[in-house]
Amino acid sequence: MSATTVIVSGKAAKGRGGMTRKRGIDWLMLALVVVGALLVIAPFYLVLVNSFKSPVDYATSGPLALPQELDFSGIVKFWERVNFPQKVWNSILISGVVAVLAVLISMLNAFAIGIGRVRGRTWIVLLFLLANLLPQEALLYPLYYMFKSVGLYDNVWSVIIIFTVIQAAFGTYLLSSVYGTFPKEVLEAASLDGANRWQILWRVIFPISRPTLSVLLIFFFIWTWNEFLIPLTFLASNANQTVPVAISVLQGDRLMDVTTTSASALLGIIPTLIFFLIFQRTLTRGITAGAVK
Amino acid sequence: MSRDTRTGRRTVLPPEQPSIPQRTGGTGAYWLYLLPGFVLLLVIVIVPLVWNVYLTFTKWRGVRSPEFIGLENWQKLFTDEAFWTSFTNSVWMIIAMVVVPTVIGLIVAALLFDVVGRKFGGRVGSFLRATYYLPQILPIAVAGIVIGWIVRPGDDGALNQILNWFGIPAVDWLGQMPSALIVLMVVMVWVQIGYPVVVFMAALQRVDPELYEAAELDGANWFQRFWAITVSIIRPEIFVVTLTCTIAALKVFGPVYIITRGGPAGSTLVPAYYAYQEFFTKRNVGYGATIATVLTIVVVIVSVVFIRVQNSIERKERAGL
Repeated sequence: MSATTVIVSGKAAKGRGGMTRKRGIDWLMLALVVVGALLVIAPFYLVLVNSFKSPVDYATSGPLALPQELDFSGIVKFWERVNFPQKVWNSILISGVVAVLAVLISMLNAFAIGIGRVRGRTWIVLLFLLANLLPQEALLYPLYYMFKSVGLYDNVWSVIIIFTVIQAAFGTYLLSSVYGTFPKEVLEAASLDGANRWQILWRVIFPISRPTLSVLLIFFFIWTWNEFLIPLTFLASNANQTVPVAISVLQGDRLMDVTTTSASALLGIIPTLIFFLIFQRTLTRGITAGAVK
Repeated sequence: MSRDTRTGRRTVLPPEQPSIPQRTGGTGAYWLYLLPGFVLLLVIVIVPLVWNVYLTFTKWRGVRSPEFIGLENWQKLFTDEAFWTSFTNSVWMIIAMVVVPTVIGLIVAALLFDVVGRKFGGRVGSFLRATYYLPQILPIAVAGIVIGWIVRPGDDGALNQILNWFGIPAVDWLGQMPSALIVLMVVMVWVQIGYPVVVFMAALQRVDPELYEAAELDGANWFQRFWAITVSIIRPEIFVVTLTCTIAALKVFGPVYIITRGGPAGSTLVPAYYAYQEFFTKRNVGYGATIATVLTIVVVIVSVVFIRVQNSIERKERAGL
């Protein structure tokens, strides 16, 4: 994000005179954008303030006011009921393993397609892209049946295997075009030095393309974290569920009074908020790179 | 004309050789690198996909073996009102996830870049952009829970409490139409809005700010500048955003599962949720597979049409230059 900030402010600095030429209409437009932004964060505000209220406090002071005093009972009740640390661990395990495996497979595929230029590669890339675009419902029941028969139903590995393939399909599509433009001289030099393909892949291509790979890694992690349908279907028992699934299955439960439900939403938001703060720069760069591809 | 330039360009391209010079053996060894990815793709995507299409011709409750019934499931689609409702709701989802966010995104991106960024500093612009982007990072299921909590029915719902101050009695937002559908659409707009804003703002970096200043000096008003400069320059990005969001809109599942469960009385069904319901609630696996297959066909058609239109526009532009 800082990179783009530099560009934007660089341009603003160029027209420094413009910074002072603020007319009424400019203030009006700023106000418009700010009001929009306030609407966008309003739900976050509501969930945040009401997660720390007691049900009585909520009933008397309403949803907009700040809590009279900080009350953690809703959060504690939900935390203990779903065994939140366990759900966070499940999500980290699934998303982490998927991200690493999917990047690895994308790299091997893209090496054959982008560098090795195997025959029919346009069709192969298209095949991988389609695999990523498909609605998951079209695979859901056969996969459900398959994993049930091999005994991996209700096991985090079923979800890990499925998402490794789905994310790697996108990674192959993106990375193939990146490797297709890989500087040829570098590869030739490595080859002259006597390196074989396997060594070139790991000692030359891997380190040079590491920035792209790390963007993919972060995206795969977050995408997998946010997935819902397949974890919902495959992880039936409480002990295996991911954060979004565990939170959603308790909606409408008798335990869920108004402030506890708010607390459950807050606990769902917090992990992704942390990722956002850590990976903000990579994310913004990645989204824009992905859009241009 | 364009065909000639294309073949002309193709002959200059280097021959289709690996980027690493060959010393021993053929290029066949590269297939070994594709092997793990291919086997996984075969087992997890291709086999289930074909199997799913086969299931559309069967009646199956998930136990014992499927019973072949020919085109019965496909015929049922035509008279099944729930099926048509689900695809009609897909149109509403496209409005909520594609049309509204793209239009608002264009305006917000243009305002942030052209007015806020230029006159109030890039920092303010970046901060506001991050704010708009925030809902995008939420798991869509959690976004559904957040909005579902706000429209909670009864007197203790947040929205109902706010309305109560204005003397408006509590509304059962999810228990009736059209408010249940509107709630779902609001979730999708809220979640989607940040994506076009960020992508369009990045695209606007390509615009020379002097172009705006020149247009301003020529007496063009803000809307004219917006239309003639902003929209025309970032058209490729508008295309990509429209395509990816349309596909996402067709696949919506999480918010419907969490907020309305297709209700009231099936009026907010979407294809993905309808298929899920047939699979696991009603155990009509064959019929669920048929709905999923129709959805797949629609998604593939939309992607192919979009990509072809985009390619032809690009080709025309290149020929024009």
